Amino acid sequence: MLATLAFWAFSGVAIASAFMVVIARNPVRSVLFLILAFFSAAGLFVLLGAEFLAMLLIVVYVGAVAVLFLFVVMMLDIDFAELKQGFLSYLPLGGAFALVLAALLAMTVATWQASDQAQSLRAAAMPDGMSNIEALGTVIYDQYVYFFQAAGLVLLVAMIGAIVLTLRHKDGVKRQSVTAQVGRDRKEAIEMLDIKPGQGIGE
Amino acid sequence: MSDLVSQFGPLWGTLAVLGQILGFVIVLLISLAFLLLMDRKVWAAVQMRKGPNVVGAFGLLQSFADFFKFVFKEIVVPAGADRSLYLLAPLITLILAFVTWAVVPVAPGWVIADINVGILYLFAMSSLGVYGIIIGGWASNSKYPFLGALRSAAQMVSYEVSIGFIIVTVLLFAGSMSLSDIVAIQDGGFWNWNVLSFHAWPMPMFLVMIPMAVIFFISALAETNRPPFDLPEAESELVAGYQVEYSSTPYLLFMVGEYLNIVLMCAMTTILFFGGWNSPIPDGFVDNWPYLAAQAWHFFWFAAKVVFFFFMFAMVKALVPRYRYDQLMRLGWKIFLPTSLVAVALVGAAVVYGPQG
Repeated sequence: MLATLAFWAFSGVAIASAFMVVIARNPVRSVLFLILAFFSAAGLFVLLGAEFLAMLLIVVYVGAVAVLFLFVVMMLDIDFAELKQGFLSYLPLGGAFALVLAALLAMTVATWQASDQAQSLRAAAMPDGMSNIEALGTVIYDQYVYFFQAAGLVLLVAMIGAIVLTLRHKDGVKRQSVTAQVGRDRKEAIEMLDIKPGQGIGE
Repeated sequence: MSDLVSQFGPLWGTLAVLGQILGFVIVLLISLAFLLLMDRKVWAAVQMRKGPNVVGAFGLLQSFADFFKFVFKEIVVPAGADRSLYLLAPLITLILAFVTWAVVPVAPGWVIADINVGILYLFAMSSLGVYGIIIGGWASNSKYPFLGALRSAAQMVSYEVSIGFIIVTVLLFAGSMSLSDIVAIQDGGFWNWNVLSFHAWPMPMFLVMIPMAVIFFISALAETNRPPFDLPEAESELVAGYQVEYSSTPYLLFMVGEYLNIVLMCAMTTILFFGGWNSPIPDGFVDNWPYLAAQAWHFFWFAAKVVFFFFMFAMVKALVPRYRYDQLMRLGWKIFLPTSLVAVALVGAAVVYGPQG
């Protein structure tokens, strides 16, 4: 009974907050509702028995990605009145897209036929006597290790690409030399002067 | 928790769990009051002052006096602040700080929820702590809090990465993410604690784990915004950072949440590297003791280690000057992150190819 209650609570909050992401007028609030939606999704994962995925969702999406979202959105210069106008003028087009998407989803789900094998997998997602983490580990690092490595390489390429696109070397710019800064000692950093009253240093 | 539910039925089981949680929270809050006093006393002693000494004997009741003072003051919400978020932020900080304690084992079997992803849960919840600070800083609608919040966000996200890798090294030894299992492999004397790691003998893992324990402690300082990494509230530049605009009870909630996180980090250091509730000597003899006496023995060692690390936190605050922001980032990304990555590789190799692998 407790699990059922928790399921309705989490899924209700997930859907409500996802809706609020779209209609909230303040972008910062949108991001905060997005975080609430992630959180409820993590709760649903726990109810499914996938507690490792739930924790990863929180660590990666809520703890890191959403923080950076929030970081960027908070620094935007926001004109609330203008934002509201945009929402109304885009409503018909956006509504049409949403309807088409909902229709497509409904058609797909209605005609979905899972094979018997897939159904049996759904009933017992994990082999007996194995925890979540072990089950995921054997799949990712034993059975599909090459695909996993390839996916990692793709991400690495994306990362290097982002750095290459934004890195600029300008001439004539003073650069910080960390070793020089850290290696500085008292002898070169402090100079003791004996200054007489009314005299000054006199450069 | 599920044991209690299956034992007493859904209604009474849930009530029993709630009772446990309530008891735990009360004990935690009362010990926090005295730890706070200890923090101030240690700081005062280093500066050759007496510290709080007026309320109660030796100032023992100072924290309670402060509590009442905070609660009876007026709550001021700045004009132009986002009112609901402004009041939500301290609540987030406090609730997350409490929620994290649910998986901390204080003695064998004495834990509210012994879940099998315990350490990941701890990590996840402590990484959420940044939200209280960011939301508080932004909702104040003021420059200093906002700058403090941005600094804090960057700082906490950076140091989480190395904390994550350090946790992985400990996980590899335990082969489990349950905090009880992590503590259990460290029994039988201080040489078996993860910081010395003689349970992996003949691999000399202490060469890796002692630096890991030190890096973890330093990262814990950065993660909880304690000096020398208290840039989010650097009082000489930002007045008090993200909590400039807060007063009265909301400020109290922020402060209690912050100190709970500090004590939690002390508990994590204890559990991950210093044996949790294990005593420093082989303690097979307590098996014959009555249940409560044996639990008290283990709880004593856990509490003593946590208080010791809290003392270290207080000493660091008293002794070390504040870091510059770029140095903080360099330390996190260019020194701690590569070091802990290498350590993960070394420990992984030791576990797989070592004599016990």
